[in-house]
Amino acid sequence: MAGAAGPGTGAGAAGGDGDDSLYPIAVLIDELRNEDVQLRLNSIKKLSTIALALGVERTRTELLPFLTDTIYDEDEVLLALAEQLGNFTGLVGGPDFAHCLLPPLESLATVEETVVRDKAVESLRQISQEHTSVALEAHFVPLVKRLASGDWFTSRTSACGLFSVCYPRASNAIKAEIRQHFRSLCSDDTPMVRRAAAAKLGEFAKVLELDSVKSEIVPLFTNLASDEQDSVRLLAVEACVSIAQLLSQEDLEALVMPILRQAAEDKSWRVRYMVADKFSELQKAVGPKITQDDLIPAFQNLLKDCEAEVRAAAAHKVKELCENLPIEGRETIIMDQILPFIKELVSDTNQHVKSALASVIMGLSTILGKENTIEHLLPLFLAQLKDECPEVRLNIISNLDCVNEVIGIRQLSQSLLPAIVELAEDAKWRVRLAIIEYMPLLAGQLGVEFFDEKLNSLCMAWLVDHVYAIREAATNNLMKLVQKFGIEWAQNTIVPKVLVMANDPNYLHRMTTLFCINVLSEACGQEITTKQMLPIVLKMAGDQVANVRFNVAKSLQKIGPILDTDALQEEVKPVLQKLGQDEDMDVKYFAQEAMSVVVQRLRKLDLPVKDCDEPSAPGADKNHFLRPRGPGEDAGKGPAYQLCVNPRETLAHPEIVGLVHFSQSRD
Amino acid sequence: METKLPPASTPTSPSSPGLSPVPPPDKVDGFSRRSLRRARPRRSHSSSQFRYQSNQQELTPLPLLKDVPASELHELLSRKLAQCGVMFDFLDCVADLKGKEVKRAALNELVECVGSTRGVLIEPVYPDIIRMISVNIFRTLPPSENPEFDPEEDEPNLEPSWPHLQLVYEFFLRFLESPDFQPSVAKRYVDQKFVLMLLELFDSEDPREREYLKTILHRVYGKFLGLRAYIRKQCSHIFLRFIYEFEHFNGVAELLEILGSIINGFALPLKTEHKQFLVRVLIPLHSVKSLSVFHAQLAYCVVQFLEKDATLTEHVIRGLLKYWPKTCTQKEVMFLGEMEEILDVIEPSQFVKIQEPLFKQVARCVSSPHFQVAERALYFWNNEYILSLIEDNCHTVLPAVFGTLYQVSKEHWNQTIVSLIYNVLKTFMEMNGKLFDELTASYKLEKQQEQQKAQERQELWQGLEELRLRRLQGTQGAKEAPLQRLTPQVATSGGQS
Repeated sequence: MAGAAGPGTGAGAAGGDGDDSLYPIAVLIDELRNEDVQLRLNSIKKLSTIALALGVERTRTELLPFLTDTIYDEDEVLLALAEQLGNFTGLVGGPDFAHCLLPPLESLATVEETVVRDKAVESLRQISQEHTSVALEAHFVPLVKRLASGDWFTSRTSACGLFSVCYPRASNAIKAEIRQHFRSLCSDDTPMVRRAAAAKLGEFAKVLELDSVKSEIVPLFTNLASDEQDSVRLLAVEACVSIAQLLSQEDLEALVMPILRQAAEDKSWRVRYMVADKFSELQKAVGPKITQDDLIPAFQNLLKDCEAEVRAAAAHKVKELCENLPIEGRETIIMDQILPFIKELVSDTNQHVKSALASVIMGLSTILGKENTIEHLLPLFLAQLKDECPEVRLNIISNLDCVNEVIGIRQLSQSLLPAIVELAEDAKWRVRLAIIEYMPLLAGQLGVEFFDEKLNSLCMAWLVDHVYAIREAATNNLMKLVQKFGIEWAQNTIVPKVLVMANDPNYLHRMTTLFCINVLSEACGQEITTKQMLPIVLKMAGDQVANVRFNVAKSLQKIGPILDTDALQEEVKPVLQKLGQDEDMDVKYFAQEAMSVVVQRLRKLDLPVKDCDEPSAPGADKNHFLRPRGPGEDAGKGPAYQLCVNPRETLAHPEIVGLVHFSQSRD
Repeated sequence: METKLPPASTPTSPSSPGLSPVPPPDKVDGFSRRSLRRARPRRSHSSSQFRYQSNQQELTPLPLLKDVPASELHELLSRKLAQCGVMFDFLDCVADLKGKEVKRAALNELVECVGSTRGVLIEPVYPDIIRMISVNIFRTLPPSENPEFDPEEDEPNLEPSWPHLQLVYEFFLRFLESPDFQPSVAKRYVDQKFVLMLLELFDSEDPREREYLKTILHRVYGKFLGLRAYIRKQCSHIFLRFIYEFEHFNGVAELLEILGSIINGFALPLKTEHKQFLVRVLIPLHSVKSLSVFHAQLAYCVVQFLEKDATLTEHVIRGLLKYWPKTCTQKEVMFLGEMEEILDVIEPSQFVKIQEPLFKQVARCVSSPHFQVAERALYFWNNEYILSLIEDNCHTVLPAVFGTLYQVSKEHWNQTIVSLIYNVLKTFMEMNGKLFDELTASYKLEKQQEQQKAQERQELWQGLEELRLRRLQGTQGAKEAPLQRLTPQVATSGGQS
């Protein structure tokens, strides 16, 4: 109510800052305090608008104190607040006043919920950059120190993320203090704080002077890397990457490598996993010499670790590791020191290890060249193509292109084909779906002849799969194949087979014909569409199953743009008109919708529109009832539909009992 | 370059399923990682193997403890303990069967001996005992077979070396419970580090192991006074990590069960440390996704606290309201159950402090489209103590819930709920007919006011939005004349854009 009265009373008081008084702060604060969380959240998300309305001065003196005082809200509201405040510098009067934002953010950085705290830290980091050097020392650094010596662990963990942003701009005396605080957090009593410190150790090391890195960071790193909790130790591995980049080879060897070696053999698999996971980064950070002397043996151990998790993580890194080796001598190292271990992994007991390896192993062929690939890698590929786990086979097939470049795919085709056929008939439909998606790629690499001979029948078989997702994927696959092999190929091999299905006794298969036409018409062009496809579609308008009929209407709408005006005018329109009179209301609806599209197109082609009954009407029908069918119109699913099994279909295909949409009798 | 290949792994006989867990039946949805993982028998999947590689010594049976003269007893005991410190690979069921049997027999004998024979536990054997226990039980737990392990749905992975491990735990327990056991001697070996490793084992997926650990930690807490504060602190670290960092720890329910008995023994007045534990650890524990696994134990702890110190009630109830589930109806039912348990013990003076926010939440639950939530909330009115509290504070509670009840009574899809609400309304009518009539009369008016407020809010925000746009234009282009800014923001300002 005050809001409504505002404009009148405020008009006279408009002074320097304009219309502040239009919106008394009480009204705005009421909004921020609303009982309904959602409304409160909405208001907080528009906090910048409120601040703008208040002007910079009142934002500083009234809004921010209010916000600071009322930080006991739902975490969701607090999160939005923390985010907003990060972009508030302009609204409080620019960098000179940025420090006004610190008190609410400080409180937010101490709340329990991690997400809120992290966001507050992010905003603080952002704002720190907007502080002048003087303000940074006067306001920001004291805040960091307060947080770092807070009672509860939350404020101390938040502090860990703030050291690195204020350190570079602080004076030497302050720098020493900051380092001191960081040191004490690294040996904090609570593991949560030590984890936070360990996570930021690398970042902090980067902004320190090299001397301090050696004298202070390295001992901290050493301690954290031998912490009693493995959750802390594994974070030290991450820091290792950053620290290694800063040190000379000598220091690295003396100070960091003993720790890293120890981490690679840690008794906790989580730490070893981390080493495996960060292996490429570590490799780059320590340089080729240490990699050769230290990391390769460590990597070998990780590849034969007793925990499958570790082996899988290491297997994932095989390709990157090999790529990053110095080109000189690379082949020997891989052949002598890596490949024997890879061979072992191919027959690992754990399928995740095998599948991780399968996803990268093909990449080795480009590194090793043709001869080595044929002699050493090919047997492994072939073994994996026969693996009992479908994921392994899929990963090999999905990376065929790497091998194709080096040795051509023919070498593999003998084994490839059985593997593909087996996957294509896998009992799990997701496996079948995955292999369908690689078909266009395979077709491209194997060539049209091979494809016609071996794979075409598979592609057609998928069209009558009993899972809708497979049929759908199969239709899209056909389109991609046509794009690859051309119209002529389509006309000879695909289209006839698709069209034959229009007479299938199973209505789901008949509908598949329509779906195929929907996607193929564009790829095939006007002639084939008009001459071969259209007649079939039109004929299906008389189908006894309503689902087929309204899909005819949809198909006509879809292929309309490809047809010429004659076909539209003479053939499509009469059929749509007939369907528009259908006794089934869904058929009617889609027919009318299609009709309006067709009519529009005819208008665009600048032809006089004749005898069209109310083209603008179709929408009207929409409001009469809810439309239960979504875009995927497999069997009708809505509760409003009666369960009905077409007797003929039941006889012909007893295994398919769909919810067939049923022509409703109006009585 | 010499490359060391690992020795071919020892063959496992496929037909010896004895020790490995029976894989649970496949899930219906075929492709998820988990079902594939399970299809295969696990072999190299436990950290016990890691340690096993180092030793291959033969074990030979020693004479029985009861057969030797007392003078040689302790020497033999020591040798037996050393023998029990040898580890075996249980993933390989047929490996070293003889050694396994020797160790099992020795462990059995030790269990028997420490439980029944007096005078065995003399000071020199303590370090040997603790060493044997440590070697056997402390290990890095293997990665979970199933990353999305759901303790309610999935079969846990059982520890393969359980035939030995169980005996070690049993021995440990009897050792702690023996009348000869001297905490003052043992505390040199059962130190903070020992306790920390013990606590880490609570993450074991094997419920049998956690059950032993629970009893053992309980005894340790009871016997080692110096470790009590440390144990409580480490428990709260485990919980905080579980809440805020890594929502996975299998032993939460067991730890809470121990804490329940610990809280029971707190002296009054409660220390700040304990209150802080309630407010900052136990209450936030309610926000965890897998609450259902440990809710009973958690609710017990909370109620224990309130029975000790009723002044904490307000804190607890406000905390629960803060963490009230927004989308998980199953958790909502649990919250309602806990709330009723709390209300059962609440003091009327405390009830007054939280009645309004509490009953607004209860009203929201009644209007839940999930009928179990609504039903659970409405059952509050079947509780006589709660009903008497409501009656005493009718003037506050009734206005807080009336609007919602009235509306839901007309709209809820479920007939049971509608009739339950009807009963509640009838109770209110009998409780205070006059107030009831007033509220019925003002109901419509309030609805209108709400609408009007919503409209005003919309106008306010619209005005603010326009102001913002004008400001933006003002800063971008030339300064606007003050007169223009004063134009009423309703319709005319639209012309500027």
